[in-house]
Amino acid sequence: MKHEWPLWEVFIRGQHGLNHRHVGSLHAPDAEMALKNARDVYTRRNEGVSIWVVEAQHITASSPSEKGPLYEPSESKVYRHPTFFDIPDEAGHM
Amino acid sequence: MYAQMVTSEATQDDPEKLAAFQARIDAGEKIEPKEWMPEGYRKTLIRQIGQHAHSEIVGQLPEGNWITRAPSLERKAILLAKVQDEAGHGLYLYCAAETLGVSRDELTEMLLDGRMKYSSIFNYPTLTWADMGAVGWLVDGAAIMNQVPLQRTSYGPYSRAMVRICKEESFHQRQGYHIMMKMAQGTSAQKKMAQDALNRFWYPSLMMFGPSDKDSVHSAQSMKWKIKMNTNDELRQKFVDQTVPQAEFLGLTVPDETLHWNDEKGGYDFAEPDWSEFFDVIKGNGPCNTERLAARNKAWDDGAWVRDGLMAHAEKKRTSKLAAE
Repeated sequence: MKHEWPLWEVFIRGQHGLNHRHVGSLHAPDAEMALKNARDVYTRRNEGVSIWVVEAQHITASSPSEKGPLYEPSESKVYRHPTFFDIPDEAGHM
Repeated sequence: MYAQMVTSEATQDDPEKLAAFQARIDAGEKIEPKEWMPEGYRKTLIRQIGQHAHSEIVGQLPEGNWITRAPSLERKAILLAKVQDEAGHGLYLYCAAETLGVSRDELTEMLLDGRMKYSSIFNYPTLTWADMGAVGWLVDGAAIMNQVPLQRTSYGPYSRAMVRICKEESFHQRQGYHIMMKMAQGTSAQKKMAQDALNRFWYPSLMMFGPSDKDSVHSAQSMKWKIKMNTNDELRQKFVDQTVPQAEFLGLTVPDETLHWNDEKGGYDFAEPDWSEFFDVIKGNGPCNTERLAARNKAWDDGAWVRDGLMAHAEKKRTSKLAAE
């Protein structure tokens, strides 16, 4: 039998109140082992308070070639940023 | 440096695409896994990151050798934590290599059948407890010299793995130097042991940076691609300049009679290691090559039933869960 363990992506919440953040990946036969391995590989120095693992094949990623159509439209919409609007100091803090 | 003599692959891609790629690298952009990259870039990276990962894994063997014989419970716990870190470093790096389209098992098999290399340094034996000091101080010290600049390498996953590794590596070097301090300040027998460890590990540590620049044919392309950040000789010089005062502090003598400070260049002049020994070790004729590869092969073969069993168990659980739904 020749069967490589699937790849899992690991996300860790560093502190209470923060988002889980992608930290890396690992191989494991199932979710339970992936969590155990993630604890050993990615939290040896108090790096986290919570771990998510998800099998890599379940992640859908945007393609690098779509960068233009996806992100360029927002470049011209500068009015989405608060600094676009000039408000006189006399109006007070806003 | 855990990657030595990594052959740069020639690349035969569209010159326009190549120029655009080079421009991104020159602008300091990171290249990410699914983006276009020259075939030579991809292959060279697989070879280099793979060799680096293999070195972390094989590097556990000379230190693992002393876990059961550490002189105190505290030293045992520290050494165990260090060796566990090395396993972690290997795993980060394997994951980075896998993003380039090679599988973990393929990488492992290429190590086991000798198609891929690991650093020459791990083919030397660790004969006394002082060697645990020398390995941490010199071998991890030399690795740090190389890994710190590699945090800025152009390939995103490799760079991120290096950041993690560098955060953890400093502990390795300091615990080694701490062992050397204890030994050097100990009984005359202990001090002798420390000196002997330095004598044996000095030149093999200098070899870790790879052959002299004039004989290093693969550097130019890799440096252009920011896969390699400094030349071998630059890093070796930096290592010697940093390490000699540390040896003096210990009251130990670097085993090089020609070693002296060169005011003009602002660094030490030192003797080159015996490069014929280096090439011999790379070829497989070092003191421990056979033993190291045999240990890795045995671990892989003996672990096969565990890997297969856990996979079969996971599949069985999945099918019975599906059936219950």
